[in-house]
Amino acid sequence: MTATTAISVEKIKAILHEVMDPEVPVLSVIDLGIIRDIIIHDNETEIIITPTYSGCPAMDVISMNIRMTLLSHGFNSIKITTILSPAWTTDWMSEEGKQKLKEYGIAPPNPKQQVCHTDLFTRDEAIQCPHCNSYHTHRVSEFGSTACKALYQCDDCKEPFDYFKCH
Amino acid sequence: MEKNVQIKESSKVPPLEGFREAYILHLADNVLILGQRNAEWCGHGPVLEQDIAITNISLDLIGQARNFYQYAAQLINEFQIPGSSKAPSPDGEGVGGEVTEDKLAYLRGEREFKNCLLVELPKGDWAQTILRQFFFSAYQYLLYSELINSKDSQVAAIAEKSLKEVTYHLRWSSEWVIRLGDGTDESRERMWNAIEKLWMYTGELFQSAPYELQSVKDGMGTDLSLLKNKWEEKVKEIFAEANLPYPEKRYQQLGGKEGKHTEHLGYILAEMQYMQRVYPNSEW
Repeated sequence: MTATTAISVEKIKAILHEVMDPEVPVLSVIDLGIIRDIIIHDNETEIIITPTYSGCPAMDVISMNIRMTLLSHGFNSIKITTILSPAWTTDWMSEEGKQKLKEYGIAPPNPKQQVCHTDLFTRDEAIQCPHCNSYHTHRVSEFGSTACKALYQCDDCKEPFDYFKCH
Repeated sequence: MEKNVQIKESSKVPPLEGFREAYILHLADNVLILGQRNAEWCGHGPVLEQDIAITNISLDLIGQARNFYQYAAQLINEFQIPGSSKAPSPDGEGVGGEVTEDKLAYLRGEREFKNCLLVELPKGDWAQTILRQFFFSAYQYLLYSELINSKDSQVAAIAEKSLKEVTYHLRWSSEWVIRLGDGTDESRERMWNAIEKLWMYTGELFQSAPYELQSVKDGMGTDLSLLKNKWEEKVKEIFAEANLPYPEKRYQQLGGKEGKHTEHLGYILAEMQYMQRVYPNSEW
């Protein structure tokens, strides 16, 4: 990689910090960890992205927003490629992103993968309430307002909240 | 015997695609049709949280279907020799230009769909929906766990992506089978009825169609007969926990994988394909 392409990649990364997830507007596509690679070809710039969930309806909007944002910064030839493997995991979410989620009122994913197994009626994960920081919370529903979230309620401050579930 | 042969020959299911394409379409059709069926609960779930749960599962399944259809379209387009008269659809519709994921979903007829009969049956009551989801998720979990080792890297990638979602579906549906089977008199009775209705369609999951057998030889697919015991163990385990009777051997209805469907598929396709048939190429 030459010095100029390295600069370009860094520049594009900085621009992509402006592209937000339409469903969770405090998270950028970089925070989410869905940008897997940025490749500078001779005549075009290729952005490799991966979906959070197979059916995530926000992906088409996200692709379009990436294209529009880069166009507005003078990148004329943009190719967006979607890859499925390796499969996205919440481990790829940035620490900064997790902090932003919490401030927004959504509990960030726990660092350890505790959801992806088939054991039944397991104890709910200890999820911290994003409002009052209590761990005294319970799960209302395994599925929430979007594919990536579950619904919880705090037993101390009584507020219901979304949890960005481990995946 | 002779009659059977004749039916086979007069069948209108043409070998439009090679076994690879047929196999991927089969995987896609299964999840598209089940996703559509589950989506019928939207706004009608027994409680809000479970309405959201079943429609979230639909979303995952339809997303998986899109990934498979996109890949099938790519293979069919590569397979077609430019300028040849080979058409993507036998009834002339959808012909012209490239095959796309939308054309495969919206412009194929009933006999071209390769989904298992289990997924096209009406949603029934909540017990029937739950039991079907559990049967299918248990199958899908075993299938995708094998397909992540497929020699075809795109099939392996889709399986890897989908497996996490399917794991979640399997856990959710298992818990509901136990909750209903070991619940009230009414919920138990409804589960018994659901078993009576659905059991005869579970055998097809493990009965390989010719394109599946070829896919196994090719290293793309996986041997379904090896999954059967594991699936039965899983069902026995959950049924024991749910106090539900494990059915004896009984007649199993086959045919869906080769395009011979129940009358229910026609209705769901009519509804799903209506817009695209009436307003061809409409987009939004």
